[in-house]
Amino acid sequence: MNTIRVGWLYFKIGVLNELQYRVNFFVQLFQSLIQVGTGLVMLSLVYSHTTELNGWKESDLLTLLGVQILLGGFIHTFIQPNMELLMQDVQQGTLDYALTKPEDSQVLISVRAVRIWQVVEIISGLVLLFVGLAGVDSSVGWPEALTFAFALGIGAVLVYCFWLILTTGAFWVVRMEHVLELFEGIYQTGRWPVGVYPGWLRYSVTFLVPVAFAVTVPAEALTSRLHWGTLAVAVGFAAVLFAFTRWFWRFGLRHYSGASA
Amino acid sequence: MSTRAAPLPEEGRLRSLVDFYSTQMRTSVVEQLQYRAANYFYMLGMVAEPVIYLVVWSTIARQHGGAVNGITAGQFAAYYIVWTLVRNMNIVFGAPFWEWRIREGRLAGDLLRPLNILHYDMAYFAGWKFVVVALWLPIAVGLSAVFHPDLHPTALQIAVFIVAIWGAYFVRSMFQATIGMLNFWTTRGAAVFDLYMATEMLLSGRLVPLQLMPGWVQTLANFLPFKSTFGFPIESLVGHLSARSLLLGLGAQVMWIAIGYVLFTFAWRAAIKHFSAVGA
Repeated sequence: MNTIRVGWLYFKIGVLNELQYRVNFFVQLFQSLIQVGTGLVMLSLVYSHTTELNGWKESDLLTLLGVQILLGGFIHTFIQPNMELLMQDVQQGTLDYALTKPEDSQVLISVRAVRIWQVVEIISGLVLLFVGLAGVDSSVGWPEALTFAFALGIGAVLVYCFWLILTTGAFWVVRMEHVLELFEGIYQTGRWPVGVYPGWLRYSVTFLVPVAFAVTVPAEALTSRLHWGTLAVAVGFAAVLFAFTRWFWRFGLRHYSGASA
Repeated sequence: MSTRAAPLPEEGRLRSLVDFYSTQMRTSVVEQLQYRAANYFYMLGMVAEPVIYLVVWSTIARQHGGAVNGITAGQFAAYYIVWTLVRNMNIVFGAPFWEWRIREGRLAGDLLRPLNILHYDMAYFAGWKFVVVALWLPIAVGLSAVFHPDLHPTALQIAVFIVAIWGAYFVRSMFQATIGMLNFWTTRGAAVFDLYMATEMLLSGRLVPLQLMPGWVQTLANFLPFKSTFGFPIESLVGHLSARSLLLGLGAQVMWIAIGYVLFTFAWRAAIKHFSAVGA
């Protein structure tokens, strides 16, 4: 309960802080338009040379792109700013300020920052999602929508865990800022159904970097491709990964001696 | 009675510039070699992009009897693996770094140094390239083992390629630095940089080989600098360009470097008049 209260408080402060910079909304809007635009150009290029990619039609892939951008927006709003702050704190030795607070350290470092204008990305992802769904053959009812929301939630948990595991690496490798590029690069694999990738890459982006679970599975829920088994594996995997992340964070902390200690 | 002091002996301007570049490059090699893990994170993230394109296009090629627009899966593999080297070469001190430099107040200090700031960036990044290419080799071997590129360059193509990747580096340095000047007027240049990057993505051959683009896009690309930074260097090695087209491509790079330099000089002069240091 206390965790939620602390999270909500930090969220409010973060939003108030960000709301001072109103022009950023328009900058973000413009950037989202460019992002969606290039995504659409790539899709239309691909589908000008073929009618389906591994069984996915253009509107199916539009839905997938929507999910990828939507989840990307969530990551950029809530997860990434916190992880960047954490890396910076380890590098500059200011993490002690967070560690000495009475609240659980993992909760604190996960809720400290929010970039509210990135919500524009979430909205543009949603728009693409609906446009894509309009062209999908199968109809989407409540069961599909709920499964989608659930799968997306699982995806968010998976991405959060993955990010935190990577960032915890900062306790050993101090210069971690390139991890950002690493994640952004790999996250782009989510724009295409995981089935197109060759075996080794498919397993990497499923279990090593859970992009497939995070993006493809929710999109499958909407386009009637999802098997219950897949969803069950995703849930189980999320639980295991979450437990591991918690353990790894504490393990990292034990190895961390602070800047001045 | 007046005496005129004899001028101090001074190396030629070119000679000292060469000295400066080689020293700065060596420094950056030594510095960057310390951060091998960081460099690898960066490179692995970067490799994801072409691998995605490669997988998508070779899937389509296979679905359509082995080729898209005459490009086979093996040729796609060659294109996108060479892409990774070209991309490593054309990473430069980009426009967003100018924002950082100005925002953090570092420019004021940099301005006190005797040479134009561009020289420091260019020399530093040029040195870094040697580290990056060394680290890239195992990645290239790995990618080749997985994707079986169809690559048979001639000696001339290899020679042109080696020049062309440096051409790409200089073209991109000039244009990125010019766009970077925007940061002197606004702290929200990010949207413009994104627009520039998106244009580059589509018109350079970064996203797809330009042959896959509609005809009008290909024509447009011929009149813009972007192709010199991706498409041409890659094609010079993997394509079947005639000796004439290879030379024309290099010529185009030289032209864009010159144009970029002029643009940068104008932008720089205007920018620096506008600049008042953070803290001043």
